[in-house]
Amino acid sequence: MRKFIALGLVYAIVQILIMTNLISGYFQATLVTIGINIILAVSLNLITGFTGQFSLGHAGFMSVGAYVCAIVTMRMPTIPGFILGVVLGAVAAAILGFLVGLPTLRLRGDYLAIATLGMSEIIRIIFLNLEITNGAAGLIGIPQFINWTWLFIFTVGIVLLLSNFVKSAHGRACISIREDEIAAESMGVDTIRYKVIAFIIGAACAGIAGAIYASYFYYLEPNLFGFLKSVDVLVIVVLGGLGSLSGSMLAAILLALISTYLQSFPEIRMVLYSLILIVIMIFRPQGLMGSREISLSVFSKLGNNKLWDRFKSQKGGH
Amino acid sequence: MLEIRNMDVHYGMIHALKDVSFEVHRGEIVVLIGANGAGKTTTLRTISGLQRPTNGQVILNGVDITNVSAQERVKMGISHVPEGRRVFPGMTVLENLELGAYLRRDRDGILEDLEMVYERFPILRDRRKQTAGTLSGGEQQMLAIGRALMSRPEILFLDEPSMGLAPILVQEIFDIIQSINKSGTTILLVEQNANMALQVADRAYVMETGSIVLSGTGSELMSSDEIKKAYLGG
Repeated sequence: MRKFIALGLVYAIVQILIMTNLISGYFQATLVTIGINIILAVSLNLITGFTGQFSLGHAGFMSVGAYVCAIVTMRMPTIPGFILGVVLGAVAAAILGFLVGLPTLRLRGDYLAIATLGMSEIIRIIFLNLEITNGAAGLIGIPQFINWTWLFIFTVGIVLLLSNFVKSAHGRACISIREDEIAAESMGVDTIRYKVIAFIIGAACAGIAGAIYASYFYYLEPNLFGFLKSVDVLVIVVLGGLGSLSGSMLAAILLALISTYLQSFPEIRMVLYSLILIVIMIFRPQGLMGSREISLSVFSKLGNNKLWDRFKSQKGGH
Repeated sequence: MLEIRNMDVHYGMIHALKDVSFEVHRGEIVVLIGANGAGKTTTLRTISGLQRPTNGQVILNGVDITNVSAQERVKMGISHVPEGRRVFPGMTVLENLELGAYLRRDRDGILEDLEMVYERFPILRDRRKQTAGTLSGGEQQMLAIGRALMSRPEILFLDEPSMGLAPILVQEIFDIIQSINKSGTTILLVEQNANMALQVADRAYVMETGSIVLSGTGSELMSSDEIKKAYLGG
């Protein structure tokens, strides 16, 4: 309950700030980027952090969601069309995740990373050569439906969905695969099935992130979804902590703020950005959060026990 | 209850198991001994479904399970403690044990068995909230065995439970294996420590380069000159 009140407050405050124009258009774009990066990072964390499958294909899944949603909404520029676009984008990405998953999940570690990287490059080349995606020129003028409300619904929805998933018996099965695949198999965990499930869910979420991207920035070209996009997401996941959803969220927010702030130093921006990453990884090699989670109950516990006790004892003392 | 018929396994070009046949009866402790590379671990992995045979059959309680997946075999009552313990290092002791009962849905039965495992290994109760990676080798072995018991198996496979343990702990582990057997679980044990293994074995098979070369009761093999020379050091 407390969780939902806190979320509602965050939503309301930002919504009011946007309506009163206290948040500029530029900062709103940063907010959307943060939301997209949170979705990408938590979903990659499910695949890489929780299930332990090193994937470099997230940009590929994202691009499928983006293009499908763009193509659908350009033909049906209405709210139902937009929702249909997001759903179809997620489904298309999930099917791709399944198709890629089955043959490649017999691979491990570096080999899987190379195979998923190859997959994502193949998708990029396909989009570069298709007529419906308008090749290298890309799609321009995609109807814009994403606003703070939609962004908030999708981001919070996906984070809640994934956090419930990793806490369930299914999530435990995924973690056991990361911890020791052979032991997991001899405990009766269907390892292939859970690896495929992780890829399907992760890919579907990445597809939704792509759909949000397409619908906010109203411009798509295949080269937005190159190898570096996958690496960007991986950086967020590793920085936040493999196996920590709140770590991914924290890192997504932090990196977006850092790169926004660094806009004021354009010449040395990437140098500073890299230096910050290096320093964080030296001092927190396990990532900002390790594999722990922040939960709102921590705050309420702090609030309840310490402050409340002090308050009560003071009252009692008088 | 378990029967292996004419089993062959290949790793690529390497012929790892050649026409292996043996059987395990209900309530027995059966031991496979042999030098490194004789095919003992491959045999266990094939019976528990982690490795596909190129030829031959695995029969459990009269049912041919050669093409049944590893997780289905767990449901059918096979539990495998893999070589090198393989606990889940980042999870707590309790979480490891819970994963042992992964396929079960009977809450009360699971809690009962958890209590049984704690009774058998009191140290695991003390350390239930500790991550498994921080346990000592002996404790990890106990956890691996306890975790395997959590699926309430009919037959338990143990792959080199004495590996890397101090002699006093080896004795303790073997005592535990015998007591698990007495409470009704059939045991198939793979060991390098032939001396210890033959002492607890009802029957034993000796493997050499992928084939079974000798079999007999534990005491027969212990007194065999060949075995003494090859495995028992004198």
